[in-house]
Amino acid sequence: MRRVTLWFASTVSALVLLFSYHTSTSSSGAQAAALAPATPGTASTATTPATDPAPSASASASASSDSTSSTSSSGTFTGESVDTRWGPVQVQVTVKDGAVTDVQAVVYPTENGRDQEINSYALPLLHDEVIAAQSAQIDAVGGATVTSDGYISSLQSALDAAHLGS
Amino acid sequence: MTALLEVPAAHLPRRAWVEQVMGLPVSVHVRGENAGSGTVEQAVADLYAELRRADARFSTYRDDSEVMARRRGEAPVPSAQMAEVLELCDEARRRTHGAFDAELPGGFDPSGLVKGWAVERAAERLREAARGSDWLVNAGGDIVLRAEEGRTWQVAIEDPRDPARTLRTFALSDGAVATSGAAHRGAHIVDPRTGRPAAQQVLSATVLAPSLLWADVYATAAYVGGVDSLSWLAPAATQVLLVRGDGSLISSRQVAGRRVRPWTVPLARVLG
Repeated sequence: MRRVTLWFASTVSALVLLFSYHTSTSSSGAQAAALAPATPGTASTATTPATDPAPSASASASASSDSTSSTSSSGTFTGESVDTRWGPVQVQVTVKDGAVTDVQAVVYPTENGRDQEINSYALPLLHDEVIAAQSAQIDAVGGATVTSDGYISSLQSALDAAHLGS
Repeated sequence: MTALLEVPAAHLPRRAWVEQVMGLPVSVHVRGENAGSGTVEQAVADLYAELRRADARFSTYRDDSEVMARRRGEAPVPSAQMAEVLELCDEARRRTHGAFDAELPGGFDPSGLVKGWAVERAAERLREAARGSDWLVNAGGDIVLRAEEGRTWQVAIEDPRDPARTLRTFALSDGAVATSGAAHRGAHIVDPRTGRPAAQQVLSATVLAPSLLWADVYATAAYVGGVDSLSWLAPAATQVLLVRGDGSLISSRQVAGRRVRPWTVPLARVLG
């Protein structure tokens, strides 16, 4: 169960960071935040990381359970709100019997039209891909050069998200 | 316990990192007992730092890079790294019969070679630091990897017509996979022989080779040269996979007389 809990934490964190990364490319095209492994947080009671967490970016998130105990493999887990340059981002993951059944961004940047436009297609895509990637038997996806803008909707981003900090 | 039925690698600790370098998302995955070690953490940080230094030197988007200085004729004596790249560019032009050329109509641009060269060099750090573990670096879709004996990385190749689908998955233990095509960036590859965007004879070219530098150069050359390039490329690469406009696949094995039936697999089946 420890691994499952850690996975929730890391996934929530990864999602938050993906959102913040994503918005960064739309805002400035500048170098985005590194997607760092998560620091297992409040939901990971009495656990030690399976691997050294040592996050290398400033943002991280931890999962907390709203509806079930942290040792259960079902429930809704809401990440901490993370302040990004483009506004607060908060992600909620629903888990049933150890499998992620839903991923929602409950708070995300909507300040300008560009944010809204991007989120309108990025959020559903991310949802589908995280669900697909958690059972992935593939480790990496090769293809014609993926640019920073294309990364958020790439299969590789979902594969990365599934293993950041795991 | 069901351990015997499961893939050994699935039980191993695994970590991933992603950073934007050279305008690309660069992912590093390490799988194995020391995936969480400080040594690996440091090696990954060093890998990204080295890529940023290569970008500073070779970028065509920075006026202060050595490449841009060279274009302006301000750097007559190349740095050691530039000298190495210049030599490799010459060799690449020879090996690809001119399909790769850093001297483009717009000026000197070794970008098509530098990415593979830099990523491969930077990944060398993992060879030592992650010894005993498996590692994989994916730089914007071009991959260099290494797995310990008995283990593999499953690398799927994206469908150039639909990036949400994959065409084929390779189980690889050592080497590189590079793909060239127009799926994400439009017609960005210039045929050095005409100065125009490469004709769309193939939608993408994927090359498996021991070295990322050469896999990358060959993939670019195969995209530019199309099916004709298989005559020189097939013996040079481990495997070549071309996707034609009608969606059919040609692999280097077909040149040897084996007919390969075009096929695609919906993503759900690949992932499921």
